[in-house]
Amino acid sequence: MISASNLTKYYGDFRAVNNISFSINEGEITGLLGPNGAGKTTTLRMLTCYLKPTQGTILIDNVKTSENPLKVKELIGYLPESAPIYGDMIVYDYLLYAASLRGITDSEKKIAEIALLCGIREVMHKNISELSKGYKQRVGLAHAMLHDPKILILDEPTSGLDPNQIIEIRRLIKEIGKRKTVILSTHILSEVEATCDRVIIINNGNIAADDYTANLHSSSARQNRIIVKITGADYGALSRTLASIDGAGPVEELHGGALTGASVAVSAGKDIRPDIFNAVKENGWTLYEMALEQQSLESIFRQLTTGGENHES
Amino acid sequence: MSHREAAVIMKRELRAYFTSPVAYIVIALFLVFNGFFFFKDFFYFRQAEMRSFFQRLPLFFAVFVPALTMRLFSEEKHSGSIEILLTMPVTTYDAVIGKFLAGSVFAALSLAPTLLYMITVIFVGSPDPGPLLGGYIGALFLGASYAAIGVCVSSSTKNQVTAFIIALAVNLTLWLMSNVTVFLPSKLRFLEYFGIDFHFQNIAKGLIDFRDLVYFLSIIVIAVIAAVKIIDERKK
Repeated sequence: MISASNLTKYYGDFRAVNNISFSINEGEITGLLGPNGAGKTTTLRMLTCYLKPTQGTILIDNVKTSENPLKVKELIGYLPESAPIYGDMIVYDYLLYAASLRGITDSEKKIAEIALLCGIREVMHKNISELSKGYKQRVGLAHAMLHDPKILILDEPTSGLDPNQIIEIRRLIKEIGKRKTVILSTHILSEVEATCDRVIIINNGNIAADDYTANLHSSSARQNRIIVKITGADYGALSRTLASIDGAGPVEELHGGALTGASVAVSAGKDIRPDIFNAVKENGWTLYEMALEQQSLESIFRQLTTGGENHES
Repeated sequence: MSHREAAVIMKRELRAYFTSPVAYIVIALFLVFNGFFFFKDFFYFRQAEMRSFFQRLPLFFAVFVPALTMRLFSEEKHSGSIEILLTMPVTTYDAVIGKFLAGSVFAALSLAPTLLYMITVIFVGSPDPGPLLGGYIGALFLGASYAAIGVCVSSSTKNQVTAFIIALAVNLTLWLMSNVTVFLPSKLRFLEYFGIDFHFQNIAKGLIDFRDLVYFLSIIVIAVIAAVKIIDERKK
């Protein structure tokens, strides 16, 4: 459905996006995840023909953006960050304007349908500048879906919303995602976990990871950590003991509290908890806590994004 | 580029003019100033004619039209709505021409109340119809040229005040070119032909000359193309 190859974007000398390639299949909800300034918005703007890539090509439904931007724009519904829609219009007029600009014929019926789906029926005759952020976002979403596009591109659709609105918008996106290809960008990890089938993590203009959310979870299972908290020994002794156990990875010190704490990485499919218990017992220490910590998407993200920076500097 | 998209954008912009107070204020000021000068001549000098109205118009429009056009792109750039506009299936030409037409139509509408002066003049005196007709036709071209310049300048900045001041400066320069040549050596007199007032006054005499129309049309075409280039520059 969407395929981008070797996309690069320079703003003057600054490289915002660096030679990234990805392809997205029909019917997937894909999250573009990355810290602020990673190149998410730039990537989306290139997909929507707002920006021209410095290098690389984008195919949307087998149409090249560089060759037929008008056709591509017809296929896409786009909601830019913070939904910058005309404040001087009432919602209904705005949607009517968008419909006529897109050449939609039965616009009144279409608007009524979309208003129902997006839950904006009660604000149809309000001025857009008077709407709350949540409603404004929904009007932007309604605008993006008015022409029933195959692809929906949403730039930070939930930023600045309160928790209830966030849940509402996510529900709406999931609902829409059943019938359409959706790409959304976000820097909130739980959002990707909650809504997306697939995640592309971008950092410093590079793709740091590209996988299905389910796979990322299972691959992260290979990098679990065990938290051990004891008394009776200092960290040095504890870490030596833990490191000597077969299957244990690097050990990190855990600070805080009166207990001596360490966190040890464990390699795939191996449970070393009985060994740790025995080691503690042999040394005559007192075990206060031992917990298996499954790595969340959050820590994968932290690892990938901060690790990338270290490499470059 | 198609007529439909440009027309839809023009309609939206015209509607926006009528929902914001700014445009009404600008038109009211325009009419107050013109009315003051017109009726001063009318009652004080007992002149039932519109010649001085058309003489002042290039200068008046040079100030008023930028006030109407300054928001057309600057506001969109400031709020970010330009991103939505340009990711809809429209070309940059559609957007620029739609906005240029809205500015021109609104400038023309602001002239509509001055038709009352014309009616007054026709009733009271016996004016020559040529200059009246020529004056209004010239005024439409004049407004459209200033509107094109205003749109072009507005496309280059996020700040409406900057857009206003730069467009005003460009307009005044064009106006001055016709009016300062008296002070220039005769070799430089040709600069007069670049002045907007020179061409407007030709038409306002009632002589609708092809060359004068070409002058206005070239300003419009150049400004529209420049605006498209400026807006597309962001893509690079």
